[in-house]
Amino acid sequence: MYGSSDAAAPAAAYEFVDQMNAGVVRTGADLLCSLLQQAGVDVIFGYPGGAVLPIYDALYSSSLRHILTRHEQGAIHAAEGYARVTGRPGVVLATSGPGATNLVTGIADAYMDSTPLVVLTGQVVTESIGRDAFQEADIVGITMPITKHNYQVRDIDTLPQVIADAFHIATTGRPGPVLIDLPKSVTSGPARDAVLPAPDARGYRVPGHPSDEALTAIQDAIRQARKPLLYVGGGIISAGAAETLRQFARVNQIPVTSTLLGLGGFPAHDELFVGMLGMHGTYAANQAITNCDLLIALGVRFDDRVTGKLQRFSPHSKKIHVDIDPAEIGKNVPVDIAVVADVGLTLQALAADRLSADTGEWRAQIAAWEAEWPLRYRADDTCLKPQAVIELIAKRTRGEAIVTTEVGQHQMWAALFYPFSEPRKFVTSGGLGTMGYGFPSALGAQVALPGETVVCIAGDASFQMNIQELQTMVDYALPVKIAVINNRFLGMVRQWQQFFYDRRYAESRISSPDFVKVANAYGVLGLRASTFDEAKVAIEQAFAHEGPVVIDFVVQEEENVFPMVPPGKGTDEMTLEWEG
Amino acid sequence: MERTISVLVNDRPGVLARIAGMFSRRGFNIASITVGTAEEEGLSRMTIVSSGDDAMALQIVAQLQKLIDVIEVHDISRDQTVKRELALVKVHITKTTRPEIAHILEPFRVSIVDVGHASLTVQATGDVQKIDALIGLLRPFGVAEIARTGVTALLRSGVLESGYAGADTPYRPLIEADATNDDDLFETERE
Ligand SMILES: Cc1ncc(C[n+]2csc(CCOP(=O)(O)OP(=O)(O)O)c2C)c(N)n1
Ligand SMILES: [Mg+2]
Repeated sequence: MYGSSDAAAPAAAYEFVDQMNAGVVRTGADLLCSLLQQAGVDVIFGYPGGAVLPIYDALYSSSLRHILTRHEQGAIHAAEGYARVTGRPGVVLATSGPGATNLVTGIADAYMDSTPLVVLTGQVVTESIGRDAFQEADIVGITMPITKHNYQVRDIDTLPQVIADAFHIATTGRPGPVLIDLPKSVTSGPARDAVLPAPDARGYRVPGHPSDEALTAIQDAIRQARKPLLYVGGGIISAGAAETLRQFARVNQIPVTSTLLGLGGFPAHDELFVGMLGMHGTYAANQAITNCDLLIALGVRFDDRVTGKLQRFSPHSKKIHVDIDPAEIGKNVPVDIAVVADVGLTLQALAADRLSADTGEWRAQIAAWEAEWPLRYRADDTCLKPQAVIELIAKRTRGEAIVTTEVGQHQMWAALFYPFSEPRKFVTSGGLGTMGYGFPSALGAQVALPGETVVCIAGDASFQMNIQELQTMVDYALPVKIAVINNRFLGMVRQWQQFFYDRRYAESRISSPDFVKVANAYGVLGLRASTFDEAKVAIEQAFAHEGPVVIDFVVQEEENVFPMVPPGKGTDEMTLEWEG
Repeated sequence: MERTISVLVNDRPGVLARIAGMFSRRGFNIASITVGTAEEEGLSRMTIVSSGDDAMALQIVAQLQKLIDVIEVHDISRDQTVKRELALVKVHITKTTRPEIAHILEPFRVSIVDVGHASLTVQATGDVQKIDALIGLLRPFGVAEIARTGVTALLRSGVLESGYAGADTPYRPLIEADATNDDDLFETERE
């Protein structure tokens, strides 16, 4: 490493080395590793550099597992995948400056989708902070608005408490990323081993049980409703409330619609499931949300991709909103009954009795909408349909695989055509819509759960955003199946250009390398399918293969995702087909 | 309407940046912000004057509460509070205007903290209206410089605050209360 940022006072350094040799002290980095292990960490996704050399040196003799990616963005998305399939915090380590800034997209992504992460960044030595030292970036300042909280540890004595609080904050309440910036002088300086203390963040309180008034209000509203609808999101999954939700919905015969992030929180094959709602929601779900008389919103945030034009959003309903984050309540949509509480505990308290009146007529109405416009696509023998690829994969994996996606049309098709029946099976970037998320997150998911089938449904363009992680997949022998839905387009961009910019396909046609050859260059099995029959064969071959596979599905170029609520329209103003 | 929010925070580096950043990012306005040490060691009290309807005020309080370094938030806009601001006003003087200025200043109970040949500096404390009024009266003489601290505020004794959004208290909207402002312009030493 260059520059003065490594210069420490020599006398102190020698003394420290003597003490080290005498076994009196260890380094801050050793203490860090010890505290991480005490916090239950088993694996770290990271990439080394000058400012984290002391930490890597400590890792060298630690039993913590480290996954070396090819880009820090790959590391953080892998950590997100790990967190999303396990519910445990993903841990990331990167060096100062460019290492830290390469994490920013992943931090923002985790913040938007409430994914628990503990992000460790190296920093220049404390004496150099603020002097524009080599590889200095104010990562604490940069990430303030995209972390749940962040810290810079300037005094090693504060590290145990910071680690304890960081894990507590990242994983409780509404989960999210917490960043800890670690100056090199702190991790290389002396430290004594310490016991991980109990968390002690005074300004941080986690809501738990709903109040009795809130429960009574919810119960009364459900008793009075004729057309109730459960609108559930990622909060159901973070709260571990999928099973309680299922009981509650069944006992009361209330239909359920889910956000993108909530998929798997309620079984897709259940009669009461109406499908995903919102911009690319099902016809029935969007009709139901528009026409219900009671909207029971659980662990959701009324995102604009869900609500469409706010004035037309569920105009006839009384609204109940239960969320653990008080700031979500009333943020976008005013509600009638606001409950700041854990959705799981709220559902448990409600699940005891049957509350709702007969919803038979309402369910019949929903069934009629489902029959009127079921999820469908126009079959075409001359080409491979992207939706058919998803259906084939779903069939081969019996709807039980962990599916990660990139961002674009293929993501929406995966959400619509893969039937998720359990929580923590669907890993996708919802709030930030991060291309480049899907492939590394699949690697993280596979690291966490080596026994599971992990499929990455990728777009031809998105895959190229973190394609370098193929080597990480190979290094750690992660048998991920990558299904590239190759439409030779930034498909989602092209769809908008077709609909709203008069088919002027500005920069949305995109070329790709030969993905089969790319796979082969990494020593990975590569397959290609351009027809339905080829797709069937390729999928069979891919899932029979023990190792990782890249399948290049050459699909119809200009297929569109339907239904679509055009921007600025109400949820019931769906475009179901496009002529012209 | 104008909102006064009292925030108890950890006295740690970056806390002001967290709060100011949250306001700017979410499009909440800050009319003034004051910070100083609070009753307990290690804590600071901020008084933030903002504006917005009830829904926005609730969002401001909830978003503040979400910050880990924020210990307590009180929207005290509708409560009986003591609100004070300190201003230093440097006004031009001449032989002829000097007695006139002194005459104007008298009912304000201000102190003159610096006098030069061509200007004098007045220190005034009081609520915003009083300071505004004083400055308005001094302007015709030529005001050279103004430094105002922004409002700092506390609840009056015996007043229960409304609109407290503690994370562990059940959610409740702001309780409508009559806006009361019983500070009169010239009375500063009442409490
Ligand atoms: C990092 C990033 N850059 C740009 C976008 C905007 N964007 C959304 S979808 C999309 C096209 C994705 O193309 P592809 O991965 O091939 O998926 P397809 O829509 O064709 O299925 C783009 C460019 C984004 N979401 N993320
Ligand atoms: Mg594409």
